[in-house]
Amino acid sequence: MSETSTEKYNFTIVRGFAFSALFWLVIGLIVGLWIAFEMFDPALNLTPWLSFGRLRVVHTNGLGLGFGLAAIFATSYYILQRLTRTPLPFPRLAQLHLYFFNTIIALGALSLFAGMNTTKEYAELEWPLDIGVVVLWVMFAINVFGTLIKRQEKQMYISLWYIISMTVAIAILYIVNNLEIPVTLFKSYSVYAGANDANVEWWYAHNVVGFIFTVPILAMFYYFLPKSTGLPIFSHRLSIVSFWALNFAYLWTGAHHLMLTPLPEWIQTVAIAFSIFLIAPSWGSVVNGYYTLQGNWDQMRTNYLVKFFIAGITFYGLQTIQGPLQGLRTLNAFFHYTDWVIGHVHMGTMGWVTMVISASFYYMIPRITSTELYSVKLANTHFWLILVGQFTWTITMWIAGIQQGAMWKATNPDGSLMYNFLDTVTSLYPYYKLRFAAGVIYFIGIMIFAWNLIMTVRQQPSQAEA
Amino acid sequence: MGITSKPVVFAVLAAVVILIGTTVTVFIPLFMPSTQPVSASIKPYTAVEQEGRDIYMREGCNNCHTQTVRPLRTEVLRYGEYSKPEEFAYDRPFLWGSRRTGPDLNRVGEKYPDSWHYKHLDSPQSMFEKSNMPPYGWLAKNRLDTQYSLKKATTLGYGYSESDVHQQITQYRATVTDENYPSKESRNNVTPPELRKELTEMDALIAYLQKLGRDVKNMEAKK
Repeated sequence: MSETSTEKYNFTIVRGFAFSALFWLVIGLIVGLWIAFEMFDPALNLTPWLSFGRLRVVHTNGLGLGFGLAAIFATSYYILQRLTRTPLPFPRLAQLHLYFFNTIIALGALSLFAGMNTTKEYAELEWPLDIGVVVLWVMFAINVFGTLIKRQEKQMYISLWYIISMTVAIAILYIVNNLEIPVTLFKSYSVYAGANDANVEWWYAHNVVGFIFTVPILAMFYYFLPKSTGLPIFSHRLSIVSFWALNFAYLWTGAHHLMLTPLPEWIQTVAIAFSIFLIAPSWGSVVNGYYTLQGNWDQMRTNYLVKFFIAGITFYGLQTIQGPLQGLRTLNAFFHYTDWVIGHVHMGTMGWVTMVISASFYYMIPRITSTELYSVKLANTHFWLILVGQFTWTITMWIAGIQQGAMWKATNPDGSLMYNFLDTVTSLYPYYKLRFAAGVIYFIGIMIFAWNLIMTVRQQPSQAEA
Repeated sequence: MGITSKPVVFAVLAAVVILIGTTVTVFIPLFMPSTQPVSASIKPYTAVEQEGRDIYMREGCNNCHTQTVRPLRTEVLRYGEYSKPEEFAYDRPFLWGSRRTGPDLNRVGEKYPDSWHYKHLDSPQSMFEKSNMPPYGWLAKNRLDTQYSLKKATTLGYGYSESDVHQQITQYRATVTDENYPSKESRNNVTPPELRKELTEMDALIAYLQKLGRDVKNMEAKK
């Protein structure tokens, strides 16, 4: 990678999105800590704007759309240019995309604080902002396909396939689920009703997790793991099979979120079957990741980036086993609506997603600013803090979930219920306190991450050359 | 592999692959009667109940309360009859939820008197000391905005005329401001004097909560 070849690429945009991602990550986590505290002490519900019902949505959207999307845009713009050896064809559009993105996320957060909420999970933004999201997606897609069409490299590498399928899938999912009839500028109603609305929503919600928190993260994994280890991906054929099987199977599974609800049973059953099938392509990527390091496992000790990638793909592997099992009717009857599911989600987001994004940023940021990472030691500290924070967090929630599920089901010998609902809530407060503490550890890790990257770009490039 | 050197063909193929499962499990069911059965017993929300439902959505109550009782023995024991698809015919959007930090509310209608809800919404901790539900006393200090009630009912296709909507609002106001309203004392305790003759957001929210699961009793009785 010579200096002259990197000159022509547009890396300002990569940097802009990377630091936007860090900003929304910190905001989203502060909101997360706030609501974690409210779970055992309602005193923090100080004003309507700070009440749990409104804040939870700011947390999920702030991290999913704010942090997640910004990180995806940053890495996609980088990967696209490098893998095609072509600069972005529309750099001004990309710059506008960055400003527009941050405007939409900021307005989104404000509107959710104010209670403008469609209540459809991860699609809570009201209709004018939905249009904004579609516009910013089109702005992104123009540069994606523009770069791909003008590319200098004939073959498209695996990461580009995942970026293409994300671009296509998110467009379909977002538009279909957000079809709504406006009443005022700040209020609309879904075009679907009842069971159909539920079916469309969970098709969306499940797949938006798939195509935001799986597909583009796999794009990062397939690009940055070989780059940071100098090892080629283990099997190209396995990645082809995994890619198409994942894209095909994912869309059938949304209804496993609606088990035992009034949705027709056949849709639920089809979703269970495809969820089990989905283990195969998911583990295709896990196996590909592990075998890439075959014979070079010493890099776990010598290369700090490898720890992030391997821990990340391991959590992905666990996540994709746990998810389908939770979909089975009997297990779902026990676990659904409990904190178990909250633990499941956070293993994916705090483990897999954040680990891979962290390593990708550590690899990418010094290269686009022609410098070295400020501190590898801090990066290692960041790794261990988020690992311990995340594990404590998720295991605590799994235990809380098992306890609450069991208490809901418990009956006396005469067949009556053993616990009233409130008892099943208050018995969880010790777990909620531990979860808050784990969140603080995780948050400190993330602050170190942000600090490390800020200090990296503030160094003089000459320092690295010296 | 030829396809990995053709980005547009690749994108089209990806879209087709993605749309297969989508079509079978989402698009086709949209037009199947089994996903949208109707029952004459299930009535649309009144204008006031709909305003209450919108407040429920604004405050994100669905983040902690589900509205679907599953056909499981202990669940039916705890909440009542399990949920039927017909009940949700007018729910746009659906509010089934995904986490029970608080109890399910699909059968909460007519379970408690209005006075219970006024007290509980104002301060859940005054009734259940260790409850983690946020207090919603300020809803009683907001006058209910009915400016868009007609437009909402029209958008949702409830089939109400302007005078229907007007009458529903006037009638509910008359009910809760009546001297003989059974929950008068609790309502007055949480409602500021200047709003006691008006409809507040809390009045509407309670009207909505009392509607939940009410019609399904008639539907079951007719079976």
